[in-house]
Amino acid sequence: MKRRHFLTLSATGLGSVLVYSLDNKTFSAVAQGQPVRIPLRFFTRTEALVVAAATARIVPSDDSGPGAREAGVAVYIDRQLAGPYGRDRYRYTQEPFEDGVAELGYQGKATPREIYREGLKSLGDFLHLEGAGQDLALTRIQTSLFFAMLRQHTIEGMFCDPIHGGNKNLAGWKLIGFPGPRFSNLDDVDKHFGETFRPKITTLREMAGHTLHPSEEER
Amino acid sequence: MKTLPAVDVVIVGGGWAGLLMAKELAVRTPLSVVVLERGGATKTADYADDMDEVDYAIRLHMMQDASKETATLRHNRSERALPLRQYACFQPGTGVGGTGEHWAGVTPRALPDCFDILSSTTRRYGKARLPEGHSIQDWGVTYDEMEPYYAGAEAMMGISGKAGNLRGQQVEGGNINEGWRSAEYPTPPTKIPYYPHLFREATRSLGYHPHPIPSATISQAYTNPDGVSRPGCTYCGYCERFGCMIGAKAQPSNTLLPVIERHKNVSIRTGAEVRRIVHEKTGKLGQAKGVLYRNAAGEEFFQPAALVFLSSWTLNNTRLLLLSGAGEAYDPATGKGTIGKNLTHQVTFAAAMVFFKQSLNRFMGAGAAGIRVSDLDGDLLDHSTLPFLRGGFFSAESLTTRPIGNFGIVPPSVKATWGAEWKKAAVDYYDRTAKITFSGEHLAYRGNCMDLDPTYRDHCGDPLLRLTLDWHDNERLMAKFMSAKALEMARAMGVTEVIPAGELKNYDTRIYQSTHLQGGTIMGASPEQSVVNPFLQHWQFSNLFVLGGSTFPQNPAVNCTLTILALTLRSADAVVNRYLKSPGALA
Repeated sequence: MKRRHFLTLSATGLGSVLVYSLDNKTFSAVAQGQPVRIPLRFFTRTEALVVAAATARIVPSDDSGPGAREAGVAVYIDRQLAGPYGRDRYRYTQEPFEDGVAELGYQGKATPREIYREGLKSLGDFLHLEGAGQDLALTRIQTSLFFAMLRQHTIEGMFCDPIHGGNKNLAGWKLIGFPGPRFSNLDDVDKHFGETFRPKITTLREMAGHTLHPSEEER
Repeated sequence: MKTLPAVDVVIVGGGWAGLLMAKELAVRTPLSVVVLERGGATKTADYADDMDEVDYAIRLHMMQDASKETATLRHNRSERALPLRQYACFQPGTGVGGTGEHWAGVTPRALPDCFDILSSTTRRYGKARLPEGHSIQDWGVTYDEMEPYYAGAEAMMGISGKAGNLRGQQVEGGNINEGWRSAEYPTPPTKIPYYPHLFREATRSLGYHPHPIPSATISQAYTNPDGVSRPGCTYCGYCERFGCMIGAKAQPSNTLLPVIERHKNVSIRTGAEVRRIVHEKTGKLGQAKGVLYRNAAGEEFFQPAALVFLSSWTLNNTRLLLLSGAGEAYDPATGKGTIGKNLTHQVTFAAAMVFFKQSLNRFMGAGAAGIRVSDLDGDLLDHSTLPFLRGGFFSAESLTTRPIGNFGIVPPSVKATWGAEWKKAAVDYYDRTAKITFSGEHLAYRGNCMDLDPTYRDHCGDPLLRLTLDWHDNERLMAKFMSAKALEMARAMGVTEVIPAGELKNYDTRIYQSTHLQGGTIMGASPEQSVVNPFLQHWQFSNLFVLGGSTFPQNPAVNCTLTILALTLRSADAVVNRYLKSPGALA
């Protein structure tokens, strides 16, 4: 049986989060000053910690606002890799795999899961490095496919709807002033010219009024 | 394989073109009609919860499953084609309604001179000006013949817009360069968000004639001639890559299905993947007998039919004719044969990324709520002293306003692509960034064509379609000229910084351009030069019709849906009024 791995997140700024366990049952984790243990679906605990640390260098938490750590980006990536995307369910994977000109796109055989497993190894003993050392390690791989994925997934995990595990406490949407899905902008779309208009944030769950099943939750 | 009871009509593919033909036949004839759609069923209620950027815009929930079938591509015949392992540069939809469910809803008419581009270009500049290796052709239909069908398609969808040419009279505020129209648009223009508003003010000051983009996402409630009612748009900003949750955007599921469902003579079979058009093998002229398809369980069926319509999107229309041997495959070396000929895409790119001092509130908008400048489209420029032919249009739109797709666009002064400096700039500029899009005509060349791939196969074991496609000097020089114009427009908007477009190099499959791929089963005036006649009837098999963008002899710059629908309505008229009374060649 697969060993259960957990990612332990500090309760600071976490609030109440909806968490899916490995067997897809949901429970609400209310952090009352206690760290929250999030069950992992794909990463080992060490891998998840490296992903959390690396994505926090891509979008750091600093004076300009919260970053990948507060948004729970590592949890988003873990779920995406555990789902159909991670195993290339929708990519054409028939042989032969051959290299071509760059404009023809990624032609490799490795799935996102395999790219992560290998890519994380290439980062070495990342957790024991200081910030500057981590930046150097990332700079060394920044032209790799793994890094391009990590960067893209960091942005996705920052700004996705919270049903996907990222954008925790709407940290990402608050950071950039995105109000989430809104049923109607009819009264505002041709007004507020030249001024910053930031209506109250809504999530898809709030808008729909019922439980939603993101694509990574295979049933 | 099981042979099913014969029907009068089989329609392959339930997108805009196939369902429009089904609707016309349902309303106007008692024929038994079966639509075969390989994807699933669709209803507006499916879209109530779809405002999710990850699942829809990134994981492409509404698109064809590339793991089952894709196409291969190479830039020229000396390269080995490799599969598009994920769709990126174009996004064909799946399921009932097809790509028409997730489109942006931009619905301009093509300019009159697009239809006789070869004649009009030769007349004005001489044959010597045509680019080397071109295979430009006239369409075999004129704008005047198309006008009533354009008007019919606009009425069906309730298009919102402002006429710029009413029966020959120029009207300020509309596209004064458009072809004449017999009537004003069915509904007034959409609201114009802030960024397109800035673009309109700026381009007007430069002497252009900016106009609201004609939109199938309608500005107010509308009931069409079939009695189908749709509400006005609420500018939620989830149009392209999404289905409209309230049905304000015209989609086959909300515009055609309600009519089709009222008629018992039309049925739609989903999960039905057509693999061959079955036809007589003897002689030059013959008849199609029906189609072979496989259902979701993998069982094979022969569906006999007296009349076959092929409407399964540009690439699949071409592939099915090639797989079925229904006509002669095109040979670019000799110029003989027609199937696979004249593959074109639209020359679409960000002509300038612009950065503003103020917030743009870009989360509000709609796929077609924007402003367009068409003064340099078609042959409106005098190309006598320019190094290229034809043109295109500039748009300031309010689509793709979602955070994942837009975060990280920073001014050229920021060199970092990750880390603190980049993050700060990306956050600061998130809602202060926009782009001027240019879309230009793509001329037809002998080298840009399609055939069956010798190596790669689909999930049934059939060869994939192979695209040989690249830009030529005409497109590259046009792009350079137009990018310089976009820079002037950007400066007139008072932007703080601009990223100008780079050079147009080789055709790039990694970046979304548009889903406006055309050609492969082109229409024209003679069987030597085209697959179908101007009524979209196969020259060789008179009971086989091909509908959709695959019939365009070359790309006319403008978004293609309205022209596809107008051509389909024209074909339906010819079938109902002429063919059914006396089956045989219509041209």
